[in-house]
Parts: sequence; C-alpha cells; structure tokens
Amino acid sequence: MSLVVFVTLALLVIGSAAGLILRRNPIHGALFLVINLASVAALFLTLRAEFLAAVQVIVYAGAIAVLFIFAIMVLIPGREETGPDALRSQRWAAVPLVGVFLILVALALRSITLSSPAREPAVAGGVEAIGRVLFTDYLFPFELTSVLLLAAIVGVMALTKRRA
Amino acid sequence: MVPESYYVALSAVLFSMGVLGVLVRRNPLVIFMSIELMLNASNLALVALGQRHGTIEGQALVFFVMCVAAAEVAVGLAIIVAIFRLRRRLSVDELTLMRW
Repeated sequence: MSLVVFVTLALLVIGSAAGLILRRNPIHGALFLVINLASVAALFLTLRAEFLAAVQVIVYAGAIAVLFIFAIMVLIPGREETGPDALRSQRWAAVPLVGVFLILVALALRSITLSSPAREPAVAGGVEAIGRVLFTDYLFPFELTSVLLLAAIVGVMALTKRRA
Repeated sequence: MVPESYYVALSAVLFSMGVLGVLVRRNPLVIFMSIELMLNASNLALVALGQRHGTIEGQALVFFVMCVAAAEVAVGLAIIVAIFRLRRRLSVDELTLMRW
C-alpha cells in the first residue's frame, strides 16, 4: 500500500518536473512547480515529517509559488522563448552530460546508503521534536536565519526601488 | 514502509532534472524554478537519510534550507525584475553585462 502511494507521488514529482523543463510558457512552468512542491510535501508526510510537510506547503507552495506567479503576471510579461537559439548545439550536449551526472550521483548515494548501518526506527517529525532541536542544539543558526531574512528584505527593497 | 533508498534515488533523479532545466532553458525565471527543484531534491534526500539514521537533525537542516531558499527567491526575483526594467528583455544569453 505504501509502495503504491510512493510510486504515485514519485510519478507526479518526475512528471511535473519534466513539465516545468519542457513547457515553453513560464506560467505553465510555475503551475507545474506548484504540483511538484505539493507532491514533495506529500512525500514528507509518508516519511513521517509532518512539520516539514506543513512548512513546505506554506512556504514553498504558498509563498514562493505565489511570488513566482506574481512576478510573471505583474512585473515581467511571461513571454515564451522565441527567436534563434545561438547555443542550440550546446543545449543538446547538456542532455548526455546530465545523464553522466545522474550516474555519478547515483553511485555516490549508493555507496552512502550501503555503508550506513542498519535502519533505525524512524522518528516522528512533529512540531515538538523539531522545536526541541531548533531551540537547543541549533539555536544560533536559528537566530542567524532571522538576520538572513532581514538582509533579504532590505536587499529586495534596495534592488526594486525606482530611482527618484 | 518503503525503503529510504527509494526516496534518495528519487531525489537524485529530481536533482538531475533541475540541473537539466538550468542548462537548457533561456528564461531566467524558469532557471530559477529549476534551482527550486534542486533544493527540493536535496531536502527530500536530507529527510530520507535522517529517517534512515533515526535522527531529527536532517529535518532541522531542511528547515534552514527552506529559510535560505525563501530569501534566495526573494532576492533573485528582485534582481530579475531590476534587469528587466533596465533591458526590457529576458534571456540569459543576452545578459553579458558582467563579461569582460
């Protein structure tokens, strides 16, 4: 049963990623991205990471996807890629290169998963467990994140301000 | 329960599709979305490997990755909007401003 769920979600993830890469219209790409992020959130649920699944839906599928669609629809006309492509041969060369890259990654990950010890029982990733780790062991990085977000806010405002 | 190695394999495939998107597309917005794909793939691998070792640290790390991704998207989109205001065109092949 869980295998059926996993295969369905995996097909959704890979299919939506392929749609994002192949469709020429950026709006379609953004909508495929939403499907992809939601499927990954469901995969988090099957891994018993409930908190991360909720954060994924709120931050990614909510905020980030809306930001993309907003940028395409309001600020930048979502034009399709047209015109002559000067680097067409190089783009085709990217496909076998990515294939080689995938093989390398698969080999590296295989050695990791084979060398690691036998499976431990999975931990439940609820709010309590994550919060306990975040506010004890990872308190300093957690505080740094607030500085990072503040820097991002200031940077965005400085970048998009129109010159008077 | 599905073995964690399946999740790791799926994340490897997803990451490679993100790399492919960055390499073959010309629209900086789509390139940005492909980078999000790669971040998601790494998140998935982190959660799966953390569950394999029975620790919560992997999920804490994913939390930080999400924060950085949110900041990165905001700044990156601002840069793209600023470039579009200057140039009125959007193709990474034409952005040669910083090439010497």
